Amino acid sequence: MSDIKKFMFVNRKAPHGTIYALESLEVVLITAAFDQDVSLVFLDDGVYQLKKGQQTKGIETKNFSTTYRALEGYDIEKLYVEKESMDARGLTEDDLLVDVTVLTSKEMGALMSDQDVVLSF
Amino acid sequence: MKFGIVVNEGPYQHQASDSAYLFCKAAIAKGHTVWRVFFYHDGVNNATKLTEPPQDDRHIVNRWTKLAEEHGVDLVVCVAAAMRRGIRDENLAPGFRISGLGQLVEAGTLTDRLITFGD
Amino acid sequence: MLHIINKSPLTNGSFENCLRVAEAGEIILIEDAVYAATKGGALEAKVREVMGRYKIHVLMPDLEARGLADRLMDGVTAVDYGGFVDLVAGNKNCQSWL
Repeated sequence: MSDIKKFMFVNRKAPHGTIYALESLEVVLITAAFDQDVSLVFLDDGVYQLKKGQQTKGIETKNFSTTYRALEGYDIEKLYVEKESMDARGLTEDDLLVDVTVLTSKEMGALMSDQDVVLSF
Repeated sequence: MKFGIVVNEGPYQHQASDSAYLFCKAAIAKGHTVWRVFFYHDGVNNATKLTEPPQDDRHIVNRWTKLAEEHGVDLVVCVAAAMRRGIRDENLAPGFRISGLGQLVEAGTLTDRLITFGD
Repeated sequence: MLHIINKSPLTNGSFENCLRVAEAGEIILIEDAVYAATKGGALEAKVREVMGRYKIHVLMPDLEARGLADRLMDGVTAVDYGGFVDLVAGNKNCQSWL
């Protein structure tokens, strides 16, 4: 595809309580295969998706949190977390499964405005 | 202008499908093209022909079918989400087709605007 | 950029989350978010405060459906679905704060 667009995936929902986080990840992986410029954003409860140490055995659901670690292999390297969301949840970068770029709300807003396509889950 | 639409919720439970439909109708009335509607998450439940609402209510599934027939809107149901929820070719309403997530990416790359309706 | 909100601001944080992050631009309140555009509620002051930064629109059919068409706050623009389409077309991109 000749036409490369800037795609941003905005994840604002916690994992496990609903399926959005898991199915969002499926779209992200496919989009990477289309050679688009992909950014993955974690805002609000979405930052919980990246929390280390998720164990889903007791709730008998798929532990898809390991997939975030595989994103690099798909050349998805632009992962952004909003600082305010992280702070509000008592989390720091050390709590997260993968390396991310931490942005302030203002920086996040500017990045969002700059996109061609914003998909939110 | 060419629009792509994403519907993330099923019919009746949530207003998302109604809002998406009314948006499509208004866009077409203004001379725009609704190129594709992509049904994802529980949105795949908009595609089952087994749907039978009470007579005094709107028929959300048939409404989408009509939009496809009259305006050539491509109604695509995500295969992975559909399989999870028991939506198959056997129970697919006319005008809908089941395909991969690549169709959603395309709806982003090949349209001027992509709008999501969900919960 | 157009920001689309569809949740009641009294039970869900998406409207305030949007205000925290979004750059100046346009906001449309649809579905249960139309409650944010009504007079006399707890959110009115907040909405007034941000009006300088954002142009705020409300989807009138959703407000009418909820029996609040006569309580629309001054300064919020009422649009129909056609107006909603114009807003999407008139902005470079849009984000639904689901």
